[in-house]
Amino acid sequence: MSVEIRTKGVKPLSNSFGHLQRRFGDKPATRYQEATYDIQSTANFHYKPLWDPAREMFDARRTAVMMKDWYQLKDPRQFYYGNYTTTRARQQDAIDRTLDFVEKRDLLRSLSQDIRERIVHTIVPLRHYEWGANTNSAHVSAYGYGTAITSPAMMNTADRLGMAQHISRIGLLVDGNSGDSLLAAQALWTGHADWQPLRREVERMFVTRDWFEVFVAQLLVADALVYPLFFQQIDAAIAGASGSALSSLSDALMRWYEETAKWIDAVIKTAAAESPENKALLSGWTVTWRNRLLPALVPIAQRALGNKAEDALAAAAAALDARAAKLGLTV
Amino acid sequence: MATTSTQPVFIALQANNDTLPIIEAIRQDNPQAVVHDYPAMVKIDCPGRLVIRRETVEEHLGRAFDLREIQVNMISIAGNVDESEDEFTLEWKSA
Repeated sequence: MSVEIRTKGVKPLSNSFGHLQRRFGDKPATRYQEATYDIQSTANFHYKPLWDPAREMFDARRTAVMMKDWYQLKDPRQFYYGNYTTTRARQQDAIDRTLDFVEKRDLLRSLSQDIRERIVHTIVPLRHYEWGANTNSAHVSAYGYGTAITSPAMMNTADRLGMAQHISRIGLLVDGNSGDSLLAAQALWTGHADWQPLRREVERMFVTRDWFEVFVAQLLVADALVYPLFFQQIDAAIAGASGSALSSLSDALMRWYEETAKWIDAVIKTAAAESPENKALLSGWTVTWRNRLLPALVPIAQRALGNKAEDALAAAAAALDARAAKLGLTV
Repeated sequence: MATTSTQPVFIALQANNDTLPIIEAIRQDNPQAVVHDYPAMVKIDCPGRLVIRRETVEEHLGRAFDLREIQVNMISIAGNVDESEDEFTLEWKSA
């Protein structure tokens, strides 16, 4: 007896949703495409928002930037809820192991009093900067147009709380879980002269209406100055004086910054390439906010780095300029 | 070593979400590749030489990719394998 094994293929009538087929053709769609493209409502709004009666609930006119298709601003990391949470969970596992390592060996507690005070003075208050960045990303997510930009912006808000928490844990490792460093850091952020210029700029972003300007100010300009300054330059200065215990913790922050930069760069590059008007707007915002944020960082940089502050800030600014130029902006 | 053979090589992958970006990358890098859809499987034939480039897969996938991850979803291959960190190549090598 012979047995013949045959496969019977049933071809699906359609490989993906209609709105995805209109964009990509009839082929299997990725989860990112399914979770992102054309998700946001664009028509048939029943009610005008009471807080902005001149516009619709979702309205592309909330920024001066114009795009023919807002879904061009895609995220190269292709994050949607599922892979975003698994990626972050995996990274958090690694971070937890490092924190555990530092805690078990009391690496930050055993630093000299002077160094511990430096960490509390120059690093821990950044948790409030992160909270501000959380608010600013929420602004982009709330008023932005198109799921391609609002969805990663929402994930960025969660990231920022994670970063704030990470910085808080550095504080707790320094003060032996008493929480004193967090109270001290809050007092520094709200009251100390070193931090007021930066706080003023973060709060200025809170009252900036154009969501794309907030995106540029916070995610392109402020982060590109703050992260390399604090978690590379100042971190290196502390490491030079006391060993690399703190660097093992700030490494996660820099990795996150580099990963997120891929998304920021893709958005800015695409928007700038769309039209000369966009390019001019984005370039203008970049220059404006760079010129606001650079002087705002001078006092705290001088406190942390002394006479090397000027070089450190110049290096961060040069890196930002080079990055912006690569993205097609004129700065 | 002559590699002028145009005998078809193939790679068969499971049809799932993990392999979508790999298949897209193969399509992009191998214009001559022919993609056949089977139940739960995708078989890609290509005359002579088929290459999977890490960079292209990463572009479609949106994250860092280790070419060895292909093995998880690979059903079968035909051709001599040449593997590096950046490229996974199938071709018929004549002695």
